[in-house]
Parts: sequence; structure tokens; C-alpha cells
Amino acid sequence: MMLDADGWAIVALSLKVSAVAVLGVAPLAFGVAWVLARGRFAGRVVLDALVHLPLVLPPVVVGWLLLLAFGAQGAVGRWLAGMGITVMFRWTGAALASAVMAFPLMVRAMRLSIEAVDIRLEDAARTLGAHRWRVFATITLPLAMPGVLAGLVLGFARSLGEFGATITFVSNIPGETQTLPLAIYAAMQLPGGEAAVTRLAMVAVALSLIALAASEALARRMGGKGGL
Amino acid sequence: MGFDIDVTLRRGEATIAAQFTSAGGLTALFGPSGAGKTSVLDMVAGLLRPDAGRIVVGGRVLFDSAAGVDVPVQARGCGYVFQDYRLFPHLNVRHNLLYGWQLAAPDQRWITLDEVCDLLGIGALLTRRVRHLSGGEKQRVAIGRALLSGARCLLLDEPLSSLDAARREEIMGLIERLRDELRLPILYVGHDRAEVDRLAGQVVTIRA
Repeated sequence: MMLDADGWAIVALSLKVSAVAVLGVAPLAFGVAWVLARGRFAGRVVLDALVHLPLVLPPVVVGWLLLLAFGAQGAVGRWLAGMGITVMFRWTGAALASAVMAFPLMVRAMRLSIEAVDIRLEDAARTLGAHRWRVFATITLPLAMPGVLAGLVLGFARSLGEFGATITFVSNIPGETQTLPLAIYAAMQLPGGEAAVTRLAMVAVALSLIALAASEALARRMGGKGGL
Repeated sequence: MGFDIDVTLRRGEATIAAQFTSAGGLTALFGPSGAGKTSVLDMVAGLLRPDAGRIVVGGRVLFDSAAGVDVPVQARGCGYVFQDYRLFPHLNVRHNLLYGWQLAAPDQRWITLDEVCDLLGIGALLTRRVRHLSGGEKQRVAIGRALLSGARCLLLDEPLSSLDAARREEIMGLIERLRDELRLPILYVGHDRAEVDRLAGQVVTIRA
């Protein structure tokens, strides 16, 4: 193949960071999507705006805010340090930054799919003897599933491309926080790095195309809802 | 052992009110559209909460505002056949039929899948996706699903309205069989006088 061992290690790290980011934040994204789709409460507009913030903020600002919160002096950072956990300059920190950046896209896709579920079908299930949790597990969740999966794929693709928040928050450490975009950036800084940049960029294009195709296929299966 | 119903519900400017008792058989709710006939079915099923009143089906109190009784939807045992069928699109016919059957306690199940298929003539449809069914087929599956859930009464909301003349005759014959052979109390919403007169032992007029 066109990549050497270091190149594959970078791809593997990127996939690991993105997978952990997306799967880790998925339950929270679904919960928020549910609340936004079904909830009727006063702070709904505020929550909606907060969720979308990472989509419009400069990623470097998100990285800086994460640094404030999770750094050695940050409130969350100190709390985690008390339990022996640190995400600073670790791949877990890269996953955290990716998760925050992917969150709005995931919530959006999931929310659309939950809103598309016909509440009258849930009523029908209740008249047949299903209590609320069973209605959720057997009717709502299966019907929303294509959109939920589309949200995961979209979030995964966004995570693979994450750059600004990651480099601000956990820096660019080979083998630990240096994901594909960061490796491309590092290679561009080196004299004679063009060949490495080309190879890594081609891998990035291929991964993005696969993710987009998967998202498109899922969106099509649920009748055009939930895709981009 | 039929219905004993006395409910009122304010909806904006209008007030929906229904008061009747039936000994059993088929009771038709008759009246102009917009009078709240479907709302009465929703209140019996527990999907809508009356402002005040009392709902007794087959001697069992499902709702009583004075006594603070409000049995949850899933425990009411009302086999509701919706006007728009509401079959589950992600399940095939067999799994639609068995949805409520699997949830019912074994002693609540009074009919089997085979018996329902014979009664309704839907044995050949079991592996089909519901979106590939005709209106008449959907109606039969919706009725079968309600029966299999262990229903102690049937609520039929305009079951003939979206069918052509031939299907209409077929389903009417079927409803007569449900009424006479199963001896389930049936609450039936219709807006066609001839249809209601043929099927119902008792007609209750709901005024707007």
C-alpha cells in the first residue's frame, strides 16, 4: 500500500479517536435530540442555541474553552485529576474535542428522525398494552433508527476532519494526539513533506467519501429525512 | 356487559359531551363530523382525558373523576381500530398482529393467531410488509391486531369510510360476525345512517 507503518498508525489513531468520540457522546446526543424534539419547556430555545454553538464558533475558541474547563486549573480538570484522570495532551482529549465539535450535527440528524416518528403509532402501541418504555423500544427507536445511524456517521465524518479544537486543546503530539488532519498539517511544515501530505490527503478524501456515501444511503432508506 | 359512559371535555370553544349506556352488542356513535365522536373513542381508550365523568366498560371502571380513577391506556384492554389503521410500518403483518398478543398476560389471550387469520381471512398476508396492503387488508389486520391484544371491547372509528363499495360490504359482514360470534361490546363511529342502522343495536347521537 501507499502508506508506511507510521501512516497507518496515524489512520488507526484517527479512527480510534473518532469512534470513541461518536459512541461516547451518542447517548447524550440522543437524549438532547429527544428533549428538543418532544420537550415543551421554557429553556428549549436556549438549549437549542447552546447545542448549535460549536457549529458556528471558531474551533480554536472551542479548544480554548475546553482548555479552560479541562486544563490543570480548570474546574472539571481538577475534579478529574482528583480521580487520577487527565485528558490534557492525551488521545482521550482529542476524542473529547471531536465529540464536542460533532455533537451539533449528531443532535440535528437524530432530532429530525425523532420528529418524523408518528406519535399516533405510539398511541396505537399503548392501546395494545405497551407501557411507555416498551413503546420507546419497539416503536419510536426502530422508526428513528435510520436517522440515528445517519447522525452517527455524520458525527464520525466530522470527527475525522476535526482540527482546530483538537490542536488548541491537546496539541499535535505524534502517536498520541496527532490525528490525520494534524499529521497533514505537520507534514506541510517540513521541507520535502509534499509526498507525505499527498498520501495522507488521499486517505482523508477516501475516508470522507465512504462516510458521506454511508450517510446518504441511510438518509435514502428513511425517505430523505435526516440527511444533510 | 356493555358501556356505561358519561363524559364531558372542553376543547376551546366547544364542549364534547356523551352520555349513554348499552347492554352489549354494537353501539354506534352517530353525528356530524367535528362533533367529537372520535374524541369519545379516545376518551374510552384513555388517549384523551375527560374533564369530568365516568367510563365503565364491561363492568370495569376505567375512569371516574369523582373517585380519582384513571386506568392507564395500556391497562384498559380496549381494542382500538383507528380510522387510519396505524399499522406499524417497520413490522410485517405477522408481527403487527402479534404485537399486543405478546404483551398480554396468558390468561388475557382469548383468541389465537390461527383463529384470527381464519376469522378475518388474512392467513395469506402474514409475511407481507404493511405498506403493500390494500385499504381493506389493512383494516382486517388492524382488527386482528386489536383482537389478539386480549381486548375486552372494540372501538371502531369509521371502519368503512375509506373503502370502495365491494370492500365496504365485506367489512360490514365481518363486523356483524364480530358482533354476533365474539360477543364483544363494540363502540362504533360512523356517519352514514344506513350503515349505522344496519350494524347497531343502539344509536347514540353526538351533537356538535
